[in-house]
Amino acid sequence: MSEKELGKKWDRCLADSAIKLGTGLGLGIVFSVLFFKRHTWPISFGSGVGLGMAYANCQNDLRSHYLQHRSKKVTHT
Amino acid sequence: MLRACLRGANATARNNFGKTRLTNLQHCRHYTAGETSGGGAAKVVAAGLVTVGGGIGGTILYAKWDNKFRAAVENNVPYSDWLLGLALGPPSPKSGLPIKKQELAQPPSMMDKQTNVSKAKSEKKVKEAAESPASEMSPVPIQPAQSIEEASAEATHIISAISEVTSVPAPCDTEGAAVKEEYKDCHEHQDTSVTAAVHPDTESPTATEPLKERPVEEVAAILAQQDQEEQDIATSVSASLEESLTSSAKATLQAIGAQEAALQAITRHTLKLKEAMEAEVPPQEKSAQWKDLEAALADRTGAVNDAETALSKANEALDSLKSVIDKSKGLKVSAVRPLVLAAEENLHNMVVDLDKVVTKVHSAESEAKIVSQYSELVNEAKQQFQREVSSLTPEIQANWKGLTGKLSSDDLNALIAHAHRRIDQLNRELAEQRVREQIHIDAALEQQKLEDQKALEKAVSTALQHIKEEARLEQERKLSELREVMEAEMRTQLRRQAAAHTDHVRDVLKVQEQELRVDAEQVLSSKMLEQETRYRQLSQEQLDNFTLDMNTAYARLKGMEEAIDSHVVAEEEARKAHQLWLSVEALNYTLKTANADIPTVPLEGAAQAVRDSCHDSDFALALSSALPEESLHRGVYSEASLRARFNSLRSLARRVALIDESHNSLYQYFLSYLQAALLFEEKQEAPPAQLCSEDLDPFKLLSYASYCLEHGDLELAAKLVNQLRGEARRVVEDWLTEARLTLETRQVVSLLSAYANAVGLGTTQAP
Repeated sequence: MSEKELGKKWDRCLADSAIKLGTGLGLGIVFSVLFFKRHTWPISFGSGVGLGMAYANCQNDLRSHYLQHRSKKVTHT
Repeated sequence: MLRACLRGANATARNNFGKTRLTNLQHCRHYTAGETSGGGAAKVVAAGLVTVGGGIGGTILYAKWDNKFRAAVENNVPYSDWLLGLALGPPSPKSGLPIKKQELAQPPSMMDKQTNVSKAKSEKKVKEAAESPASEMSPVPIQPAQSIEEASAEATHIISAISEVTSVPAPCDTEGAAVKEEYKDCHEHQDTSVTAAVHPDTESPTATEPLKERPVEEVAAILAQQDQEEQDIATSVSASLEESLTSSAKATLQAIGAQEAALQAITRHTLKLKEAMEAEVPPQEKSAQWKDLEAALADRTGAVNDAETALSKANEALDSLKSVIDKSKGLKVSAVRPLVLAAEENLHNMVVDLDKVVTKVHSAESEAKIVSQYSELVNEAKQQFQREVSSLTPEIQANWKGLTGKLSSDDLNALIAHAHRRIDQLNRELAEQRVREQIHIDAALEQQKLEDQKALEKAVSTALQHIKEEARLEQERKLSELREVMEAEMRTQLRRQAAAHTDHVRDVLKVQEQELRVDAEQVLSSKMLEQETRYRQLSQEQLDNFTLDMNTAYARLKGMEEAIDSHVVAEEEARKAHQLWLSVEALNYTLKTANADIPTVPLEGAAQAVRDSCHDSDFALALSSALPEESLHRGVYSEASLRARFNSLRSLARRVALIDESHNSLYQYFLSYLQAALLFEEKQEAPPAQLCSEDLDPFKLLSYASYCLEHGDLELAAKLVNQLRGEARRVVEDWLTEARLTLETRQVVSLLSAYANAVGLGTTQAP
């Protein structure tokens, strides 16, 4: 079902962004706690990185169809 | 530029002259230049007007002079005909003249003839005027001819004026010829006025002959009539001639008889006289003789009178005969000629005889006269002697001769002396007579000569007349003989001609007969052929009809067999169709087995059933093979499920409306979502008949599609959804595929069912 794809994508995207954000946040917290003397910047940095990666991934996933290097069949004429 | 020049000029003027006057002049010049410029323009305009007017005037004048130019101008320049008509009046018919000239030139022969005729007329008039006193009647017949000729000339004039055809004036020619003939006749008239009387009779025939030709029957009738008349005339003439001939013959015979009798009487009388004078007979016989003589003389006179009367009668008769002959000659009838000739000959003979007899009588009379003269002389001498004797011897009587015995010697002596004296006297007379003999002989000869001459002349004249008459008669006879010969010859020639004609006619008839026979045979053969062909045709027709009937019967039989077979076939077909229909219905039913979100059962079985039931129908086979694979294996979704699915799809499509190849970042997604949240459109909107560019907006499309779906038009909804682009399209792709499948399958099935219905209807047999 082509209509479900978007949903799936969004699911993945959300999941991915949650993971990435969480991981980034966690790592940031870890790094902030561990290495950067409980500054906030590694947390934000890490969450930012995580969010950014998640955004990029999500965007990439969403526009994956329109990118030619993919071997997916281009249904859009 | 002018002003610049002027300014320059002004400046230079100021520089050069520094006078205001010049500037004024310049100004004036300027003004004048302006004026001249204005004047120049007026001059130009005036010149142009003059040129145009001159051109038009010249054109009009030339058109007046030359009509061809006028026609050319009228043809080429639009309203010039109106202008030229106004200026010059309507175009003159100069083009009519050449035609008329042709007309007049066309019958030149007629004109020449007419001039000739008129010349002849004038000649005639001149000659007539010159010689009018000579022939008075010739103008009379010419006048009507001339009037006729004039009338004919006028008629020919009229004819030539009316028509352009050369009319040969035949009557004019013949009239002219006839008139010329008459004219020649008139010349002859004037030369010989003797035959003038005859010509008017011939003129009219010659004038009328060219005009009229009597028909053959009339000619034959006239000829017969003429023959009849001739015959009648001939008979009458012959009768009259015979009558007169007989009467004249009788009279002539009578005359001749009378003359002969007279002649005889005269000769008798002369004989008697001679006898009486010479013969010495006794006195009694002498007196008897003298009595006889007297009787003879009386006879003679009577006979002569009778002869004369008879002669006169005969002459009368002969004259009448002659007149009759002349009259009959005057009739100019050929059949009469031989009769006339014979009558003339008879007349001539009679006249000759009569003349001969008359001459005989005359000669006898002359002889008798001589004899009587002699006898008178003798008588005189005798009487004188007697007187002498009586004077001497008075007692002696007349018949002294018988008295010789009675005389005395004295008497005898006296007598002898007297005798001697008488002898002397007589001798003396004789001598005298001998002397006067010659004179007397001469006189007598002269007299005789005269008489002889007269007689000769008379005889010569009569002989001449007779000879003339004979010659004429001979000539006439010869003429008649010649005529007969000629007639005979002509008859032979005519006979020959007739024979030739008959031969020719026979030949022609033979040829004609052959031709006619050939024609008749041809006709006969053609008719026979026709009849045969007709017979054959009829027989053929009969045959054809029979074969036709047989054929029709056979055909009907065949038809019936075929009908039965076709019935069987049709029933088979019907069964098959029924089967097909059933299978198609089954297929149709399978389509309905779709529930919500569950596709139908695979259509494979039903399709197979359909395929089984339509072995022979390519169409159905093709259709059944056109069913899409998916439907066969998996089944199709129902419309309701598709509708429901669409409803869920719609919101999704709305949400991704802005996403396409170029706009597909997350921000775009956010915007798209925002748009979907903020934009409100109709849930369902009726799609227009034609989509325009505004309708290609996804929201609109979706509302159109919803409307269509709600109204059951899956096809249109699919079409509209097909117009989505970008991500929305990707989202609805599956739905579209499913919808396509369903539509395809439904189309095929509907076609199949239609086909099955059609076949079923086709195979139904009407009751």
